[in-house]
Amino acid sequence: MNYEALKSVIVLLALLTATGVFVWRAYRLLWVNLRRGQPSGRFDRWGERIKGVLVYVGAQLRLFRFLVPGTAHFFVFWGFLFLSLTILQAIAEGLAAFANSHYVLPIIGEWGPLALIQDLLATAVVIAVAYGLYLRLVVDPERYRGSHKGAGVKVLGFIMTIMLSLLVMNGLRINLNEDLLAAWRPVSTLTGRLFASLSPAAQGLIEEIAYWIHLGVVMLFLTELPTGKHFHIFTSIPNVLLRNLEPRGRLPAPQSADGTAGVGVMEGFRWKQMLDFYTCSECGRCQEMCPTCRSGSPLSPKLLIMDLRRNLEERGAALSASSKNGILSKSLAGDVITDETLWACTTCYTCDQECPLFIEHVNPIVEMRRYLIVEGRVDKKLQDALANLGRYGNSFGQSERMRAKWTQGLQPAIRDARKEPVEYLWFVGDYASYNQTLTDVTRKTAEVFQRAGLNFGILFDAERNSGNDVRRVGEEGLYEMLAEKNLQALSKCKYETIVTTDPHTYNTLKNEYAWNGNRPRILHYTELLDELIVSGKLKFSKKLDTRITYHDPCYLGRYNGVYDAPRRVLHAAGCELIEMQRHGDRAFCCGAGGGRIWMEETPGRERPAEIRIRDAAALTNVPNFVVSCPKDVTMFRDAVKTTGNESRFQVKDLIEVVYEAM
Amino acid sequence: MSQDIYVVIEHLRGQVADISYTMLAAARELSQATSGKVVAVLLGHNAKELAKDFAANQVLYLNHAALTEFTSDAYQKTLADLISKDQPRAVLFGNTSIGADVASVLSMRLSLPIVSSCRSFTSDGKFVAQICGGKIMAEGGLPSPTALVTMVPGGYQPDQGRSVESPPVTESAVPALDALRVTLSRYIEPESADVDISKEPLLIAVGRGIQNKDNIELADALAQAIGGVVCGSRPVIDQGWLSTSRLVGKSGKQVKPKIYFALGISGAPEHVEAITQSDTIIAVNTDPKAPIFDIAKYGIQMDLFELVEVLTEHLKAKV
Amino acid sequence: MNIVVLIKLVPDLVEELTIDSSGAGLDLTFARWIINEFDDHALEQGILLKEKNGGTVTAIAPDLEGVDDVLFTAAARGADRLIKVKGDFMAANNHALARSFSAIIQKFQADLILTGVQAHNDLDGSAGPLLAECLQLPYVGYIAGVSVNDGKSMLRKEYPGGLLAEMEVTLPAVLGIQAAEQPPRYVAVSKVRQAMKTSSLEEMDASDLGPLGAPTVGRMFQPEATTHAEMIEGSPEEVSAKLVGLFKELGVM
Repeated sequence: MNYEALKSVIVLLALLTATGVFVWRAYRLLWVNLRRGQPSGRFDRWGERIKGVLVYVGAQLRLFRFLVPGTAHFFVFWGFLFLSLTILQAIAEGLAAFANSHYVLPIIGEWGPLALIQDLLATAVVIAVAYGLYLRLVVDPERYRGSHKGAGVKVLGFIMTIMLSLLVMNGLRINLNEDLLAAWRPVSTLTGRLFASLSPAAQGLIEEIAYWIHLGVVMLFLTELPTGKHFHIFTSIPNVLLRNLEPRGRLPAPQSADGTAGVGVMEGFRWKQMLDFYTCSECGRCQEMCPTCRSGSPLSPKLLIMDLRRNLEERGAALSASSKNGILSKSLAGDVITDETLWACTTCYTCDQECPLFIEHVNPIVEMRRYLIVEGRVDKKLQDALANLGRYGNSFGQSERMRAKWTQGLQPAIRDARKEPVEYLWFVGDYASYNQTLTDVTRKTAEVFQRAGLNFGILFDAERNSGNDVRRVGEEGLYEMLAEKNLQALSKCKYETIVTTDPHTYNTLKNEYAWNGNRPRILHYTELLDELIVSGKLKFSKKLDTRITYHDPCYLGRYNGVYDAPRRVLHAAGCELIEMQRHGDRAFCCGAGGGRIWMEETPGRERPAEIRIRDAAALTNVPNFVVSCPKDVTMFRDAVKTTGNESRFQVKDLIEVVYEAM
Repeated sequence: MSQDIYVVIEHLRGQVADISYTMLAAARELSQATSGKVVAVLLGHNAKELAKDFAANQVLYLNHAALTEFTSDAYQKTLADLISKDQPRAVLFGNTSIGADVASVLSMRLSLPIVSSCRSFTSDGKFVAQICGGKIMAEGGLPSPTALVTMVPGGYQPDQGRSVESPPVTESAVPALDALRVTLSRYIEPESADVDISKEPLLIAVGRGIQNKDNIELADALAQAIGGVVCGSRPVIDQGWLSTSRLVGKSGKQVKPKIYFALGISGAPEHVEAITQSDTIIAVNTDPKAPIFDIAKYGIQMDLFELVEVLTEHLKAKV
Repeated sequence: MNIVVLIKLVPDLVEELTIDSSGAGLDLTFARWIINEFDDHALEQGILLKEKNGGTVTAIAPDLEGVDDVLFTAAARGADRLIKVKGDFMAANNHALARSFSAIIQKFQADLILTGVQAHNDLDGSAGPLLAECLQLPYVGYIAGVSVNDGKSMLRKEYPGGLLAEMEVTLPAVLGIQAAEQPPRYVAVSKVRQAMKTSSLEEMDASDLGPLGAPTVGRMFQPEATTHAEMIEGSPEEVSAKLVGLFKELGVM
């Protein structure tokens, strides 16, 4: 057998082996393991889904949120896509070698402009990969903490080797006049020149070696694709295609039969959630941005997903081997993910938003919390809060008769929406109603509404906690109970619009309550104020002429996209808005959400609110830190004290600014 | 049948509990209304000398080996026998781990009426009981023929129940105490106490308002600056933020410091009853209606976190 | 082992208490009836014992508003049998409760009867010892630890000052629980709803709810503070300065 024939045989065998390994591994992971998951649905809205793939995989939109690494990835991605054609060419060439030692695929191997693009992209990929190696090995940012460094470096090495071997191979072929498209490959030509001094025979040998390296690494890469972080190359398209298209603020209902039990074993997850776990590329954007992680908690969204992936793989293997394996006795919530980790999440949505591949973190956390709730594994403080919410409808453990105590003495008296029709039904919320330090803010809100001539009323003692955070704590049954009671009370009132004080309330009323097709208009009070200013009902008597910074609440901003209304209101009141570095959809969570405000704090850690206050402290000469969420007022007023910034700025609710300017 | 007021003395391991003296003081007031005697009822074994400072007209001493230490069964039998024989006008018990184990049982066994949580008696012999966490007082005539009463502290000072003169002691017959269903195996000492808070002159007390374990450090720093000791109310100890030896309250220690500085303590009756013997109570609480302000000499309506660190600095500067 | 837990419902003190028109009782028209917190501990202790030693837990409670929730919650936590005792318990005192419940519990052949050591509205003794005497069983209260072995129960009884006594009581017995070995567990609303579907409430009638044994209250009133603290006003700085002065005056510095 001559060399060419042997080459064909080897290439064929390598191709079959690599493809076989790939298919087998992918089959075990994707078919066998995912089929153990729960039904996932989401086979709908195909237009929107495909568009998402084009935008988020094709144009890599979310990757650019980290500009330089995003750009590098963009080139690697597109480079790889175009260069996969050269891989095809290399394989075809090998397979055809026994008949034609210089076989060229039609079009792919013949079209000059393609060759030029490939040549330039290969160069771009080399630069991008070099940057990637620099990032991983030299810079090593926080977001990579806990990622598989070896695997990351290996994949970069693979790509680098594939690219360099390609350039060398092409360059030598140009030297040896074997390339018809030599004129279209400027970088290859330059690479070839490095070898020009060698004898043609030596150049031929090196070219052949480069070919084998190129093809060999490609095959090796193929076998490794369905492992660890590399798998995202394969799974990202289906993962983005089947992403969650529901509103961000709508948590999926529990999977279990009784509708509340949550996920206690891996197989309790939907298969799409499992696909999420496989798709994590360990890039750590979530980890870098996570307020909980930043405050030193054991929760990192990335490590959470990686731990889940490991359990999915290990459990999958153990289940298939049907052996009595220790892995199978590991509990999901507890052993795989600790209780502390699960309770640490503030559900701020930063991780979900930052993930370039639309992996969901908050949902599986809540699913596992649901399990902990049913198991009764909650800390004392949270247990008290939930017991109070169940008994009194508020977390403060006060009588519902005290809910509207803050209205005492207000003139004119606040209307009772249960007794007379109103235009606006004001859903006041727990904190604004019961927290003594907020009474003043709540009364000012009422006064601003009154002075704007608003026809509004409240539910008095019929209002209950909206349940937004009860749901996120995982207490689905209690959430349903609270929502039912609120809906019942609301159904007896005549009103046109609901306006809420609390962004959390706003979120669940807007996105989660079962309105049965009759959802009223729901506004956050900042949106209402914005409308009142536009319509001329709310007039300011003075321009405040003060510098302020504004903190976007998670459930108003990130969850519901309300960024502009509060800023317009502040502007109209004559404030000069100085943005913190992290603002808008990157605003740093105060740490209260997802029921965290009801839980015990771990001592010794810098709290998210304190980190956030330092964001504001970095600004010069901004005496006002304005928020638009009652929980923010309490969280940040405290953090201003504990960080010793009391003399530098004051925490104000937006309504206080408006009140001042009226 | 007599108009005498019997007081069931409580003692453990040779120590007479303060509640006994409180009850003797109460019995003194009640006996004036009924025109009877104050009779201390001492159950024990070789415990006669315990009676030497009782402010009573007479001591009935029931001496039996089975009465060496308290067990409910033996006390019930002994007292049932005594009460049905003597038929006093009233029998006072502590509303405590001892008295409450006995009084209700006797009420059912002897078909006698019982009043619980009595805080004081009026001059005309009515009981005043404290219920609903101290929010409600119930007043009524002393029920007949023999009223069994469990007493809570707060209405009388224990010192009023002490006497320098030893009262006459009469031994009284003890019924057969066999087939007892409750027996004492042993005592388990409280966690070795680093300090005895009942003897400290300056206590910094923290309540639920301290919020978390971390903040205990704030109180510690304050205590160090002024030379006091930190103690706490039940919620703080239940959370494990302070050891049980630092518990002030019904199930913890009675304290009598010169200054009791209460931080974020609302003043539940179980806590208040253990601090009434303090010379000066200074309370810090955000809630102006907190019951602690009703017994404190000085009050500060303020978030304790606003105050504590500033105060610590002031103290450090002055010392 | 057959464990019975007696649950008393008491008016929730979170609601403002008012005196009725007679002036001698509480106005309970709008009261919210909740589980007595010590009974909550008794239930938890019962379930812990069942989890350790096997057996059944029967929860028994008077028919007051909210009793169904309380009993189904008990079932969700692990109680096997739920008994609602019908009768006019709004006005019934502890003697009546004990007498009527003892008539029912007598039939259960209980090894251990647990209840809270006290309740905030006890005015005529507490339910546990009264019940024990009706059943002619021994009683020990202020219990913060129970184990069962060979027809006997080892108890940890709390005394003031943190002192504990280990006592032994022959079974059957009635115990007044001060604190369960673990704080009462959280029970998810979904589990309670589940229990509502799967458990049944047995209804039994109270026999004798006469008031015998309780004192007659002539008047009820809300205590007025005889004294009120002298308030120290000012900023934290000013208050601190005054306090330092005060400490010196009182001779502790």
